[in-house]
Amino acid sequence: MNFTDVLAGKLLLPQEIPLSIPTIAYLQRTNQISQLPSIKQKYNRYQCLRCGNSKQSLFANLPCARCHNRHVYCRHCIATGRVLACENLTIWAGDPPTWPKQIKPCNWKGTLTKHQRQAAETLKNALESRQPEQLVWAVCGSGKTEMLFPVIEAAIKDNLRIGIATPRADVVRELFPRMHQAFPQTAIEALYADSPDRTGTGQLVISTTHQLIRYQEAFDLMIIDEIDAFPFHHDSTLPFLANRACKKVASKIYLTATPRPSQQKQITKKKLPTIFIPVRYHGHPLPIPQPQIEWNLKKKLERGNTPNALQQFMDNRPNIRQLLIFVPSIAILDKASTLLNAVSVHAGDPDRKEKVLDFRQKKLDILVTTTILERGVTFPSVDVVVLDAGHGVFDEAALVQIAGRAGRSPEDPTGEVVLIHQGKTNAIEQAIAQIKMMNRKGANL
Amino acid sequence: MNCLYCQEVIDQPVTWSTLLHPVHTNHLCQGCRSELQKIADEICNKCGRSSNESLCPDCQQWLNSNDYQSVLIYNRSIYQYTSFMQEVVSQWKYRGDYHLISIFEKDIFEKISELYQSKSLTIVPIPLTRERLYERAFNLSLAIAEIIAMKTKMPIVQALERNSELSEKQSKKSRKERMATKNPFRLTKSLQTDILLVDDIYTTGMTIHHAAKVLKGAGSANIYSFTLIR
Repeated sequence: MNFTDVLAGKLLLPQEIPLSIPTIAYLQRTNQISQLPSIKQKYNRYQCLRCGNSKQSLFANLPCARCHNRHVYCRHCIATGRVLACENLTIWAGDPPTWPKQIKPCNWKGTLTKHQRQAAETLKNALESRQPEQLVWAVCGSGKTEMLFPVIEAAIKDNLRIGIATPRADVVRELFPRMHQAFPQTAIEALYADSPDRTGTGQLVISTTHQLIRYQEAFDLMIIDEIDAFPFHHDSTLPFLANRACKKVASKIYLTATPRPSQQKQITKKKLPTIFIPVRYHGHPLPIPQPQIEWNLKKKLERGNTPNALQQFMDNRPNIRQLLIFVPSIAILDKASTLLNAVSVHAGDPDRKEKVLDFRQKKLDILVTTTILERGVTFPSVDVVVLDAGHGVFDEAALVQIAGRAGRSPEDPTGEVVLIHQGKTNAIEQAIAQIKMMNRKGANL
Repeated sequence: MNCLYCQEVIDQPVTWSTLLHPVHTNHLCQGCRSELQKIADEICNKCGRSSNESLCPDCQQWLNSNDYQSVLIYNRSIYQYTSFMQEVVSQWKYRGDYHLISIFEKDIFEKISELYQSKSLTIVPIPLTRERLYERAFNLSLAIAEIIAMKTKMPIVQALERNSELSEKQSKKSRKERMATKNPFRLTKSLQTDILLVDDIYTTGMTIHHAAKVLKGAGSANIYSFTLIR
């Protein structure tokens, strides 16, 4: 067995090493692997060196039967494998891995639009100069995957290792066959919980961000999809994982449709190199959300009365499009769906997939949803209403994404987006400003 | 504060009353707490599961078997084994999230003082095999036993040992296979007192009966058992 292929770039718990105990002992004797502490303590604060967690509430004590001491373990790691303070993590210290040389790795036959081509060129340059960071700010529905093919091809030619990280397993499942088709000769693996395509030896690793927990200094090129998305943005350990998975000298490419305020600040200060792709692939501008005020909206929703603004909108719109209604919480979801006599869907719904499919096949006219349908889903022709758009769950990025659900198809590139609120929030104003800014940039091209 | 199981923030509205008397949330959010289903009042007198009859068909079988009819006086448990409970146990026991024990602390206290207050018992936790103990790094039964001992001041004696050749994971077997397994327990210390066996789950009762039989054979008087889940 080639130990380099299996272990290079990995950071593993003792039980995760796919080798026998004598083999591990041999590798240790010959200095091909080295051991790191798993949890470090500094000024009475713990940090888990596997997941990067330093939230003290996620460390708990356990009376360990292995070392007969009471010591901490990391609760944040529980889902991917428990980390005890008395264990060590193993990293590869032997020869770096090599991959088969390829002259023409890319088998993709399509063509890129002008904007995509420009972006792809910039990305290739970024990789060549090992530019540490490059952001691609592309509006919802601009064809980001194809844009990546040239830079991945360049990396494979250079015998580099590539990681693609995305917050959601659905995206990994969708990307894996597409990449496999585009790069048939390359060793590709897909990592998500219970993935069948986990080989441990891929040159191109497509992974959910959580799965990067087993990598350290592995990748020369790291592509991070939707850096703004939940859970990446709520879980502060995920950026830690993504950074650790990169080699000391590596290029990181971030893809996003809605950068977070901190990233936007960096962009305006020109600290983060950015490419804008402000038009959709069909070339039409993004629909601009219309804010609508409604007095006592929350009270009306709680009591189960129809808000006037919603009633007016429903009465006046031509009934050619389907209607997608976003609500902030499950409590309001139930109220609103009985009110409108419509089907509702939320994250814990067992029939979630079927309901979304029914809506996509136009079997349903109206679908009421929580923020789970905020990103990554495409319905060809919908109007969008957000009820109680001033609620905290609808931040700037969420509202831009929600507005991005409308007008996705070339046949019907417009759509109404109505934000019903009981007092404008900064998020509403900033979202509208961001969309207008992108449309302006798009018009100037 | 966050829910110990789902990590959701436990929302406590700030009013004068919650400010002056913070509600004891017990580590779980409303949603998770309501998923924990306790066993109702009507139970089988022997194994402690919810049942309309005073003796359930399973226990009937135990009473008819020559080997096990008098080894156990009765078992009592707190929670029903729902699918939610299954998930909690899998995180707690198999993934090794020891800290989840604090979810159950209060309920165990209540139940124990209701059941065994007047008795003087020796607590014997069901042991793990040496390999499994190394793998998990803790014994759940011992953890539960320690909570009981903290409340009642009863002594814990690890009087049993589990033979690794004879025990495989019970949860991977069917009822019939479980019934046919050989007794994996060995005595390390004989006790002449009344005994409270402690385990996490009572499913078919095979484990508890095996352990009780070994202790009974060594001269223990009355043997009761307590499990968290039935």
